[in-house]
Amino acid sequence: MFETSHPIVKTSNGRALRSEEMIINMGPQHPSTHGVLRLELVVDGEIVVEVIPHIGYLHRCFEKHCEAMTNYQQVIPYCDRLDYCAAMNMEYGFVLAAERLLGIQVPERVEYIRVIMLELQRIASHLIALGTYGLDIGAFTPFLFMFRDRERILDLFETTCGARLLYNYIWIGGVSHDLPPGFIDKAKAFCKYFRPNIKEFNDLLSYNDIFIKRTANVGILPADVAIAYACSGPMLRGSGVNWDLRRDDPYSVYNKFQWEVQVGKGEVGVVGDCWSRYMVRMREMEQSINIIEQALAQIPDGDVHSAVPKRIRPNAGDLYARTESARGEIGYYIISDGTASPYRVKGRSPSFVNLSVLPEICRGYMIADIVAIAGSTDIVLGEVDR
Amino acid sequence: MTPQQISEKLKAQFSDKILEAKVEGVLEPYIKVSASSVKEIAIALRQDPEFQFDYLMCLSGVDNGKNILSVVYHLSSMQQRHKITLKVEVPADKPEVPSVSSIWPTANWHEREAYDLIGIKFIGHPDLRRMLLPEDWDGHPLRKDYKVPEFYQGMKVPY
Repeated sequence: MFETSHPIVKTSNGRALRSEEMIINMGPQHPSTHGVLRLELVVDGEIVVEVIPHIGYLHRCFEKHCEAMTNYQQVIPYCDRLDYCAAMNMEYGFVLAAERLLGIQVPERVEYIRVIMLELQRIASHLIALGTYGLDIGAFTPFLFMFRDRERILDLFETTCGARLLYNYIWIGGVSHDLPPGFIDKAKAFCKYFRPNIKEFNDLLSYNDIFIKRTANVGILPADVAIAYACSGPMLRGSGVNWDLRRDDPYSVYNKFQWEVQVGKGEVGVVGDCWSRYMVRMREMEQSINIIEQALAQIPDGDVHSAVPKRIRPNAGDLYARTESARGEIGYYIISDGTASPYRVKGRSPSFVNLSVLPEICRGYMIADIVAIAGSTDIVLGEVDR
Repeated sequence: MTPQQISEKLKAQFSDKILEAKVEGVLEPYIKVSASSVKEIAIALRQDPEFQFDYLMCLSGVDNGKNILSVVYHLSSMQQRHKITLKVEVPADKPEVPSVSSIWPTANWHEREAYDLIGIKFIGHPDLRRMLLPEDWDGHPLRKDYKVPEFYQGMKVPY
């Protein structure tokens, strides 16, 4: 029997390391993991052989809390805290599921206000994603430019509902506050101000030579793998799959607006690389501006509280509702047992699912590329861990 | 295909392995199948050119009370643009369901989560470890009869 001189080291999924391999822990306290994500890297020199993500450092028992709530409205603030960069989108997913459970028809003005808020939030979220992505790669200036513009969106939210990050704004059957006087003019002014800035971002970052060298042809996610892993949002569209729930599984009033789904084309690399995913987000912001401008022009009058139910007690049944958040498909599976509190809520969060493909797309790249790949998936650990 | 057609085609193919098909009078149509045959039905749903369920939207573990756990699969097809929900029920004292992670790789993490929080064992899963909780945590918190342990590794668990 042959004996080794040192003990066999195993990865956490039980594979014995070969002698030339080594384990490096990236995170949970690492600036480029955007939170508390721990990546266990098995490396051979500088080449990454395997990536094993470890999550759960931010687990706050969202689903258990939902079962303990005394009514459905109380769940909404918890939804905010799932994806704190796109809180509006998160709460809307839950509200839509609850409204379908109850069979509520919402006034048209409410739907228009929601669409405006959701799209503003999508821009704000993409600005964080793109800004911090530049920061990961080493570009500091675009980050400041993007946060400057995000600030204007947060100001709009603040004038509407008083909160800048976690809103509890979208209620079941309505929204908490009607648009304040002057909001529409301010929002129109923002659209006018923001549209040329996208070109500025492109000049600063997207077509920057160093940025392209770091992101093009890196972390390639083929379309069939993306679908098999149920990726969604810019992650899926970056791989060239023309799929957006706003168009393909329509909800709210999105079908009243003219806009285009953006897919990765791989101009500087190949379809499905980090740059394609990045660019999908950049182009989506322009489409969001299109939607907001149309919604602002068409918004009807009405009472935003007229459909808010006094008592929320859906009949027994279960339902899965999905919407397009800034990061992809946010779905809530709600089971009602006929009482005032949900029996079971499962949050299918886009980041959780998008992160699960990371081991597939990291294999064979350098350690420094892992930063670029992890940044391009745009995860928010709050919703990964729930 | 409408849920009605999907359930009829599945019934013709699998007869008694389909326990219940509810397409009317519910919010979302679902098909309840026996736990032991979920994998072969999943393969048919994935590969049959009329079904083409290529996208597993969500996989949830549920504690139904009365000693029954269930797994709910929400499937959709990007090609055919239809959806269906599969449900599987297992007794809580022997919660074993075949894994579908070889058919839809996204099920890998969802199943780990369901194992972690509900305690359903997925037979044939490549790497069934805890997902969100620490590896040495006792119990499965989303069970309805779960009691928060007083101590974790000698530390008092707050509230």
